[in-house]
Amino acid sequence: MNTIRRQDIILAGVGGQGILSIAFVIDNAALKEGLNVKQAEVHGMAQRGGAVQSHLRLSSDRIWSDLIPKGGADLILSVEPLEALRYLDFLKPQGRIVTSSNPFINITDYPDQESVLARIREIPGSVVVDAEKLAKEAGSSRAQNTVMLGAAARHLIVAEDSLKDYIRVLFEKRGEKILLANMKAFELGGRAAE
Amino acid sequence: MSKEILLGDEAVALGAVQAGLTAAYSYPGTPASEIMEYLLRINGRPEAFIASWSVNEKTAFEEALGTSYAGGRALTSMKHVGLNVAADPFMSAALTGANGGFIVVAADDPSMHSSQNEQDSRFYAQFALIPCFEPADHQEAYDMTRDAFDFSEKTGLPVMIRLTTRISHSRAGVETRPVRAKNPLKSGTRQGWTLLPHNARVLYRRVLDLQPELVRASEESPFNKLVLNPDDRSFGIIASGIAYNYVMENFQGADKRPSILKISTYPLPEKLIRRLFDHVDAVLVAEEGAPLIEQALKGMFGISGKKVIGRLSGALPRAGELTPEIVRPALGLSALDRRDCGEKLAGRPPQLCVGCPHTDTFKAMKKALEGHEGAAVFSDIGCYTLAYFPPHNAIDTCVCMGASVGMAKGAGEAGLFPAMAVIGDSTFGHSGMTALLSAATADANMVLTILDNCTVAMTGGQRSFATGERLLEIIPGLGVPKEHIRVITPLPKFHEANVRVYQEEIAHQGISVVVAVRECIEEAKRKNKAGGAP
Repeated sequence: MNTIRRQDIILAGVGGQGILSIAFVIDNAALKEGLNVKQAEVHGMAQRGGAVQSHLRLSSDRIWSDLIPKGGADLILSVEPLEALRYLDFLKPQGRIVTSSNPFINITDYPDQESVLARIREIPGSVVVDAEKLAKEAGSSRAQNTVMLGAAARHLIVAEDSLKDYIRVLFEKRGEKILLANMKAFELGGRAAE
Repeated sequence: MSKEILLGDEAVALGAVQAGLTAAYSYPGTPASEIMEYLLRINGRPEAFIASWSVNEKTAFEEALGTSYAGGRALTSMKHVGLNVAADPFMSAALTGANGGFIVVAADDPSMHSSQNEQDSRFYAQFALIPCFEPADHQEAYDMTRDAFDFSEKTGLPVMIRLTTRISHSRAGVETRPVRAKNPLKSGTRQGWTLLPHNARVLYRRVLDLQPELVRASEESPFNKLVLNPDDRSFGIIASGIAYNYVMENFQGADKRPSILKISTYPLPEKLIRRLFDHVDAVLVAEEGAPLIEQALKGMFGISGKKVIGRLSGALPRAGELTPEIVRPALGLSALDRRDCGEKLAGRPPQLCVGCPHTDTFKAMKKALEGHEGAAVFSDIGCYTLAYFPPHNAIDTCVCMGASVGMAKGAGEAGLFPAMAVIGDSTFGHSGMTALLSAATADANMVLTILDNCTVAMTGGQRSFATGERLLEIIPGLGVPKEHIRVITPLPKFHEANVRVYQEEIAHQGISVVVAVRECIEEAKRKNKAGGAP
């Protein structure tokens, strides 16, 4: 029996944090590797600083639903810790979280930061990365999404080189400096998650 | 054939273009906006096809209808509530019919992610007696759009394509086919397009007489598919549109499936439904939106000896969008193991951006309203609706495009004081102007604020028609006295001055319009990034 390659990922963050860029890179890398892709995303009102998520499904088999069923996600990849917890019921019992530790506080009742991180660390295999620090180190504080993509790379079913190819496609048009910062951000994220 | 990753909206747009589109018109609205966005983006050559935003959905519909009259292939796209705005031409276009192929795309928003209601556009198609195609996935969105043009030209009827949020805003690979040529122009006939009673009666009869043919076409459509399970006579499923995917998701990898009828075209394929009912005792209807199919099957008294379950019976929730896990128990399957979310997390609702001009306008307005206990702020559809949330708590209503102006007039005439209305520049152009004409003619005692941020901000910065100098010419043109048209700049440094403007206009007995002019902060950033004007 040939094995089915399949991965269901919830991408999470706050409107404007660039999760659709992460989705673009993974989507195209997967397509290049011959996988089927479905990716549900949030447009409209929530993009104004609200909670946003994208359901990203990769499979060598047919993908039926655009949405990942609750209990079906292999991975939650989040650019913000509170948003990582918001979709916990989508995670398989053995699924993992890869998230940034940096809170995006635009609400008055943001919970205690330490307790948020403690709850994430309760999930076995979870990876928490200081994306803000690494993005700055890479040369662009906006590249936190790329740091997180790097941190998750080893847990994705697509090859790192394919991901890098599409980081290039995505950022090339925004100039050499931004491209280099994002390539570096990807690398630093990967190293931090080791 | 080539494969591209496309949003559901984009698959429809590309299907239309490659089917020989002459022209498309639209008004922005989630989840339909990306259809026109895509058409504008790929239209490198002006002679290729026409793609244009319109001032509202009714206008967009009529422009597309004009294209069809002239013999061209036309598409108009809008969100579900936009079809309410276009309902007048929509209902009558069923009678004029289509000359060149005519497609009406209605993108519904079940669960109201970005909408004020979750009405199901399939009822509109049924109401107008026109065919409706409801793709289940992206490939179907592309293929059915192409087919819809042919079907429209064959039957001489407009065809509705019904999308829902999850297909509009999800991406998947689509195989595309070569572009075909546009139609040569050939106008419609006078008697076919002039809906005087004696013509309209004939044309209505034609639509009625076409119904059996439409049902037959549904029965033969490759997009409707009945797969019977000979070993299971107890339970079967009817699933339409995207709900079909949620059903199939839950049976992926299973050895056996119950009998399943997939429905993607309307009017309903009666023979296929009868064959399913002849085979099983109970049928689950899974459909996205309202229980249109379930209601049709049940009628008032049900089907003797057969059980029909779905959203009406309580097997599925009556409201909100479906998901794989919501459908699962109705299929008799137990829930997947999953992690517990634990205690409820702090919500993160959308909010006005930091530095948004609306924030400063509302601050000044609220300050001026201090001490006016009876005040009400009638708001409208746009980013500024987010001023409902703390810390602003600045608006009291939001109903539909343009409602703010008429409601303020009505409330003011009933004795409410001060009656304040707030509307964005694009929404004002869309359907505030007629209400202001009415209010100005009556010299209603109200203060209307037009928030001119120079764009349609909420849906991603599309072109606004009633902005800038043109807006400032429209307002007096509608009869508002010049001395009560006050232009302010909503910036913290002008707060005191702006409060005074509001105080003066609230004190004025009669119609006043305050125009708050400052560019959307996100739009300004986008332009900066693109290297354009700051």
